[in-house]
Amino acid sequence: MTMQPAGTEVASRTMSIIDDLKGLEGPLLPILHEIQEEFGFVPKEALPVIAEALNISNAEVHGVVTFYHDYRNHPAGRHVLKVCRAEACQSMGGDAIAAQIQQRLGIGFHETAKDNSVTLEPVYCLGLCACSPSAMLDGEVIGRLDADKIDEIVEEIRR
Amino acid sequence: MTVTIYIPRDSGALALGAEKVAKAVAHEVSERGLDARIVRNGSRGLYWLEPMVEVETAAGRVAYGPMKARDVPALFDAGLGITAHSTHPLFLGDPEKIPFLEKQTRLTFARCGITDPLSLDDYRAHGGLKGLENAVAMAPADIVKQVTESGLRGRGGAGFPTGIKWKTVLDQTDDRKYIVCNADEGDSATFADRMIMEGDPFVLIEGMAIAGVATGATKGYIYIRSEYPHAVATMNAAIGIARQAGVLGVNVLGSPNAFDMEVRVGAGAYVCGEETSLLNSLEGKRGVVRAKPPLPAIQGLFGKPTVINNVISLASVPIIMDKGADHYKDFGMGRSRGTIPIQIAGNVKHGGLFEAAFGLSLGEIIDDIGGGTATGRPVKAAQVGGPLGAYFPRALFDTPFDYEAFAAKDGLIGHAGITVFDDSADMLKQARFAMEFCAVESCGKCTPCRIGSVRGVETLDKVAQGVERDKNLALVTDLCNTMKFGSLCALGGFTPYPVMSAINHFPEDFRPHPVKEAAE
Repeated sequence: MTMQPAGTEVASRTMSIIDDLKGLEGPLLPILHEIQEEFGFVPKEALPVIAEALNISNAEVHGVVTFYHDYRNHPAGRHVLKVCRAEACQSMGGDAIAAQIQQRLGIGFHETAKDNSVTLEPVYCLGLCACSPSAMLDGEVIGRLDADKIDEIVEEIRR
Repeated sequence: MTVTIYIPRDSGALALGAEKVAKAVAHEVSERGLDARIVRNGSRGLYWLEPMVEVETAAGRVAYGPMKARDVPALFDAGLGITAHSTHPLFLGDPEKIPFLEKQTRLTFARCGITDPLSLDDYRAHGGLKGLENAVAMAPADIVKQVTESGLRGRGGAGFPTGIKWKTVLDQTDDRKYIVCNADEGDSATFADRMIMEGDPFVLIEGMAIAGVATGATKGYIYIRSEYPHAVATMNAAIGIARQAGVLGVNVLGSPNAFDMEVRVGAGAYVCGEETSLLNSLEGKRGVVRAKPPLPAIQGLFGKPTVINNVISLASVPIIMDKGADHYKDFGMGRSRGTIPIQIAGNVKHGGLFEAAFGLSLGEIIDDIGGGTATGRPVKAAQVGGPLGAYFPRALFDTPFDYEAFAAKDGLIGHAGITVFDDSADMLKQARFAMEFCAVESCGKCTPCRIGSVRGVETLDKVAQGVERDKNLALVTDLCNTMKFGSLCALGGFTPYPVMSAINHFPEDFRPHPVKEAAE
């Protein structure tokens, strides 16, 4: 189980990230990226800290966090698998590949496995459209997905 | 003599195992005690041959591909680097003689796949920085004039003349101006921006610096989508190198012009590829579209005059400033001047990047250059211009690749990505996906896009179920009309292109299933 950090700890770690980045023009997205990098998600306790430091309302911070697909409000699994669902991958049988992956992992998109091994997310294009269908496992790109490559991915996740 | 071995670091090559190949090559080099240097270059863009390894021989470079780690030992057994001939089964000979590459006109991508992306010396040795050197010696208005005369139009999709945009920013008298590079390349079938950022980042830096010098802007931002971690890393490294070498900073190439830039990473919102959403996102806001006017050129980032251009537009500027407006303008047709990096993707045998002058027909691109489908089945349709582009049937494959010619056929070239589909494609499903994608990615500001896309999905589902087909198709048509003319930006405004083109060109796919089966 991932331990969720306590509120005060979130606040102090958030403050130190803000201190590093608040000199930037338009610092909110860079701060949120760093917070997600630090905690694996954007804890709700971090939001009022950011709002106060940047002199904006809680609603504004909440609005931004919830607008972007990348920011999570709860921790992801140990691995994050993003599978491309866009047209170029569809043209190469991407829908069938996505169905196989869901079946092998026993979860649907936007879900995390019960053993916390993996979170499955859709992505709309990884720019690997001449080697479709494609996916990204923990930031590593994978092209021309087929049954063998799905096996390798599942093995990596279960390891 | 030290042998140089090139193994691409491009995401596409990495996705096909380039890292394993690089490790295997390094292993063989040390095992055999060879005097060899490994360069991690960009991709030449021949993705069916990736990972494509190139070796510098006395007679020039020779290529091998598609390589797997297990093919590497034989590469060394076959006399690596000694002769330009080889008995290796993956030997391709001179890469520039491969027809896919030989037939191209590489202006913007002249160095991509050839040089070490992070070597500024390599960049200079291959003609880099000449454009910026010329620019710093010119009056800003003359730079703008040269870019205008080249006929360069925004390669992000809208096709707006780049020089005119720059002129508007130059004419503003504000104390602070910005150059923003739109590297939020979210369209399926497009990867040209990614390739240039990973394969020749200095050309984009040079283009942005020229834009800064030309308009009086001193700060640049490259907004790169988070789905491109390798491009982000390469651009960041290249900016650091450029800064150290005085290409960026308070005195660009020793001139009195100041210009610096930084990378900002998106957060997975497709709509941020729309320029005003992107500006809001850079400011740390929700990526909601802004109404125009005011134009970003007058009130853009933080309310200041801002040049916002696509990666390829900016990366095409250095060669225009180096070789002159006429050199660039001489390529192309009609009002579409210069070259366009066409990205051939999806179900295609020879997928990759093909930079050519405007004017090739869609059929030539797909059949002759792309070699037809990867599955070997007949081509049914090609979607041109990403998720907001029209589906073209074979009957329209004679359309020349040109902004106006595509518009005349109710399509768009967009960012010049082409997704090829074979005859197993279901165009009703594709039309539904276009609406679904719009619903997922809508910023929510305007009603036609936010609500229209959801209703579009529901109505197309009814068509699929055979519920009052004609009535519901008429409703979709009407809805598309509202979205096209009533949406604030291209997301809602262009979603009708894939939907209506699917309905108009492939009506058989929109028949209710029982009837379709009965007809067969």
